[in-house]
Amino acid sequence: MNPVNYLYLAALLFTIGATGVVIRKNAIVVFMCVELMLNACNLSLVAFSRMHGNLDGQILAFFTMVVAAAEVVVGLAIIVSLFRARHSASVDDASLMKL
Amino acid sequence: MENLIALLVAAPLLGAAVLLLGGRRLDRAGHLLGTVMAAASFGLAVVLFTDMLGRAGDDRSLHQHLFSWIPVGGFQADVAFQLDQLSMTFVLLITGVGTLIHVYSIGYMEHDERRRRFFAYLNLFLAAMLLLVLADNYLLLYVGWEGVGVASYLLIGFWQHKPSAATAAKKAFLVNRVGDVGLSIAIMLMFTTFGTFAFGPVLTSTGETSEGKLTAIALMLLLAACGKSAQVPLQSWLGDAMEGPTPVSALIHAATMVTAGVYLITRSGAIFNAAPDAQTVVVVVGAVTLLFGAIVGCAKDDIKKALAGSTMSQIGYMVLAAGLGPIGYVFAIMHLVTHGFFKAGLFLGAGSVMHGMNDEVDMRKYGGLRKYMPVTFVTFGLGYLAIIGFPGLSGFWSKDKIIEAAFAKGGAEGWILGAVTLLGAALTAYYMTRVMLMTFFGEKRWQPDAEGNEPHPHESPKSMTIPMIVLAFGSVFAGGLFSLGDSFIKWLEPVTAFEHGHSPLSAAVVTSATVVVLLIGVGLAWLQYGRKPVPVVAPRGSLLTRAARRDLGQDDFNHVVLVRGGEHLTRSLVYVDHTLVDGVVNGTAASVGGLSGRLRKLQTGYARTYAVSMFGGTAVLIAATLLMRAV
Repeated sequence: MNPVNYLYLAALLFTIGATGVVIRKNAIVVFMCVELMLNACNLSLVAFSRMHGNLDGQILAFFTMVVAAAEVVVGLAIIVSLFRARHSASVDDASLMKL
Repeated sequence: MENLIALLVAAPLLGAAVLLLGGRRLDRAGHLLGTVMAAASFGLAVVLFTDMLGRAGDDRSLHQHLFSWIPVGGFQADVAFQLDQLSMTFVLLITGVGTLIHVYSIGYMEHDERRRRFFAYLNLFLAAMLLLVLADNYLLLYVGWEGVGVASYLLIGFWQHKPSAATAAKKAFLVNRVGDVGLSIAIMLMFTTFGTFAFGPVLTSTGETSEGKLTAIALMLLLAACGKSAQVPLQSWLGDAMEGPTPVSALIHAATMVTAGVYLITRSGAIFNAAPDAQTVVVVVGAVTLLFGAIVGCAKDDIKKALAGSTMSQIGYMVLAAGLGPIGYVFAIMHLVTHGFFKAGLFLGAGSVMHGMNDEVDMRKYGGLRKYMPVTFVTFGLGYLAIIGFPGLSGFWSKDKIIEAAFAKGGAEGWILGAVTLLGAALTAYYMTRVMLMTFFGEKRWQPDAEGNEPHPHESPKSMTIPMIVLAFGSVFAGGLFSLGDSFIKWLEPVTAFEHGHSPLSAAVVTSATVVVLLIGVGLAWLQYGRKPVPVVAPRGSLLTRAARRDLGQDDFNHVVLVRGGEHLTRSLVYVDHTLVDGVVNGTAASVGGLSGRLRKLQTGYARTYAVSMFGGTAVLIAATLLMRAV
């Protein structure tokens, strides 16, 4: 199978994730969309690794996963505490930075 | 001998320091200490004078190098003194008249609780004035120059509880500053031109310098002289300076400090001789002031202000003589010395009159005082005869020579100057006769004041009359003594140079003309003030009289041109500052503020807005990169 197809898939997933981040209000969903974008990147890394015949991309994908796992921990903790403080997980409610 | 010169300055300086630092515990002995210090300086001056007389004419200049003041590379400013015949003349005048006035002040200031301070200031003045005339370079002279300015300020404003005195002191100080700027510029010019400002090198190297530079230096020196000597256009402070105690007016504003300008011009004679244009300006300034002061003196009813006008006029004579060059320097100094005697005597007489009249200064409220104050009358009368140039008395000898020298200037200039000096002599006779008649002759015109205290005119104590008597002797004999065998000319010639002027009129004609105008002046004054009683309330007077009462508009002129002009200037500067400078600054701030207000609207606070802009930006960047690669 042509590895380029994996890249199309990765682009599709990335676009879905980005659109989700921009248009959804629920913090959990936004968060999941971020994960989707990360994984789209992982997919493209692995695909490129296959295309170029070395393992650099695959190793980098592992790094991404580790970082994403750590990020999930921190991100979920923030969302939980946000929910506790404001009784809502909507990102629009957390717009206190505006004057 | 030369090691003693510094002591001349040190004695009064020590007196001033002790009196000022000693505080109230010296209140009872302060005046004695001050007088002793002045007398010590005078004694020392006499010793140095006799020593100087013992040496030949060219060998009379003494130098004392005290210490190196500002040594920087090739540049040297020393604290060093020079005592030559010119300085010696001044030193004797300053310390002699100064000592007499110290003695006089003991009586005059007896009831003033700040008498110690008064003597401290007088001593300070003596020290500064001696420093001025003894300095051997212009920079040290400048120190003395400023010193006398400070002392003058302190003494004019001595009765500082009177707002008029405080204002007069400020006025004198400020007007003097204008002149002082001239002196400092002159010193800077000297430094760039000659590389030094010691008298010796500067005055001997004028031949190697361009006339333009010398004229600039000379004009700046003249500006300085105008400030200190109350010459037009910087004359306005002298009349108001009469707010000070009368001994101060006698010592500082008649006999010594105001003659510093004449000293400066005479001392810098070599510069002026090489700059004929500047000399012309000097002569014009002298001639104008001569008439200006005399006219003002004719109209004033305040005895001290009348005398102040006279001082201005007499210094005008000296400046005029000094502007004539080598034919005039000696006579300028000679008139300066005789004027020192008779004018100090006249002021002390005026002080004595005020002392007996409850400090009344309006001559219209005097009258007939000769019966009550015989000593004052006689001494004042002798001073009066001296100043109007009564033949045989001091003023006659010195003024007559100046008139002769003015004619000797030659050409149309000579005739004009001669006429001006003769007119000045007539005016002098007129205003002094007026003072004399209004004060000592006629009927008594004083009345009880608002509280019912009638003045009881009485003769002043001995401490006041003795100095007046001594000065009267000087007024009578000094001029004759100086003219005897041309002794004064021979004395000063090695320093100032002298050449006989060739007058188109013979000496006898000039002298007779002087006597004739003198008689005319006296006669006119007698017609107006002697023959008929003097009104107690001043009549409205002619236009000229009214103008002269207002000092010929000197203050109005200053007010309109300088004060009003300055106000307009500052106001327009403020306007420019507010509109233009502030406009630029405020405009920048406002536009930045407005722009950022608009930019702020971009900040919605929603995370997704930022995410969109981030995605958009990234997309644009990537697109641009790809586009560049494709090209």
